[in-house]
Amino acid sequence: MNAITEYQGTVIEIRDVWKTLDGKEVLRGINLSVGAGETMVIMGRSGSGKSVLLQCIIGLMIPDSGTITVDGMEVTSFETEREWKALRLKVGFLFQGGALFDSLTVAENISFPILQHTASGEKRALKCAMELLRLVDLEGEDRKYPSELSGGMQKRVSLARTLALGPSIVLFDEPTAGLDPVTSDSISQLIKNLNQQGGNSSLVVTHDIRSAFHIADRMAMLEDGKVLMAGTPDEFRATHLEQIQLFLYG
Amino acid sequence: MIRNVSAGRGMWMFPILRRLGNLLLGCVHYLGGLAVFGVGSLGMMFTRPVYLVETIKQMHSIGVRSLPLVGLAGISTGAVLCMQTIDILGQFGAGQYVAAVVGLSVVKELSPVITALLVAGRSGSGISAELGSMIVTRQVDALKVLAVNPQRYLAATRIAACVLVLPLLTAMADILGITGGLVVAVTQGGINYSTYYYKTLDYIAITDVAPGLIKAAVFGLIIGTVACNEGFNARGGTEGVGRSTTAAVVLASLLILLSDVYMTRLLLAIFPD
Repeated sequence: MNAITEYQGTVIEIRDVWKTLDGKEVLRGINLSVGAGETMVIMGRSGSGKSVLLQCIIGLMIPDSGTITVDGMEVTSFETEREWKALRLKVGFLFQGGALFDSLTVAENISFPILQHTASGEKRALKCAMELLRLVDLEGEDRKYPSELSGGMQKRVSLARTLALGPSIVLFDEPTAGLDPVTSDSISQLIKNLNQQGGNSSLVVTHDIRSAFHIADRMAMLEDGKVLMAGTPDEFRATHLEQIQLFLYG
Repeated sequence: MIRNVSAGRGMWMFPILRRLGNLLLGCVHYLGGLAVFGVGSLGMMFTRPVYLVETIKQMHSIGVRSLPLVGLAGISTGAVLCMQTIDILGQFGAGQYVAAVVGLSVVKELSPVITALLVAGRSGSGISAELGSMIVTRQVDALKVLAVNPQRYLAATRIAACVLVLPLLTAMADILGITGGLVVAVTQGGINYSTYYYKTLDYIAITDVAPGLIKAAVFGLIIGTVACNEGFNARGGTEGVGRSTTAAVVLASLLILLSDVYMTRLLLAIFPD
């Protein structure tokens, strides 16, 4: 049985989730929970199933078995487009590569979800986009296309787009992957601010140990599709588990 | 011994039959999937939310930008057809009927098919490449997590644009085809302008034009559905996008030509000469 961590006011609860891809069991009975206002960081080696788990939560992949409950909604029993829409309006998802719409400018990318899901006109949506660009420290870049931005800037624009609808829960898939340490720190700080100032709950998948310890309230380590350990950053530092020591300190 | 020989006699056929069977099953599976995708997308065109602005953008991209190519094809088709037939008709003393031959051939068959094949090549490939790229760069997943249905936002709008634009392009190709024939008939055939004009009006009725425009709308449906379906099924990075683009053009062209045969039969029954 994997570690099950209980938390007061749970917003994401994952129970015995299994997922097989191309004949390989990627998730093998995952149990995990994220509390309200908490930042949970999931670490693990490549192929350990971290990103697959995130995609199962938001519905980009469907688990073979097990249950996932997000903000009281049992995601694994969803059948209609309307149910998924209700979930996705509450949960933001930051893609590893940003996944910005390359035919739209930065401002259009950020205002896109606002125009789709609110009664705001173009002018108001654009104003919101400018405020979000200020939040991610990218003022003056609104007319550029994603291809004209660096990797770090694309990540920040993507974060602004993720926050456009004011989600109460945000899932981050490798938010600092491929970035230099300075940019990586700025993204980590943004996530931390989001959590502290906005009261959001976050589930962050990362390889970046420095970033993980900077932002995490709790951490979980996945290995071979199972939760190897879940606990606070201090518990991780103090553990004598060889796999975790190896992952943290090389 | 004899039994062994007779048992072995037909063995060579099994791999061929197996391959044929698999090919047939593959075709049925593909066409079934395409039909489900097409019907689903059609349904989305008439239920909320309807993305009108995106549809108009696509109509501009597919229609307005195809105007020069389709226009040129229309003029040259009419002109060449006139060149090929005017002398033969002249030998029978029926040179003035070239207007009817060119007009009827253009509006009934040539314009719809040539326009559809050109749009399949130009816009079908573009749609498939665009959607394929969006799949591999996860932009389609981004739409999903932003609570926007990609089939509704990307496919239904493009298919609707194709269905609406193809008859308009075909109508333009009809007019330009007849004009191309007129220019050749007047300059090379020595036929009077007004004779050509009135012969065209005499012989071409709305029941000749309408089937061509109906065909064009169906060809638009085929182009949009095949291109979007191929784009959404692109796998394997940029190479996969290239494969899906080629497949979109080939399959759309094939289905246009095949459906043309059946539709001609059907429309002849609905609009008898």
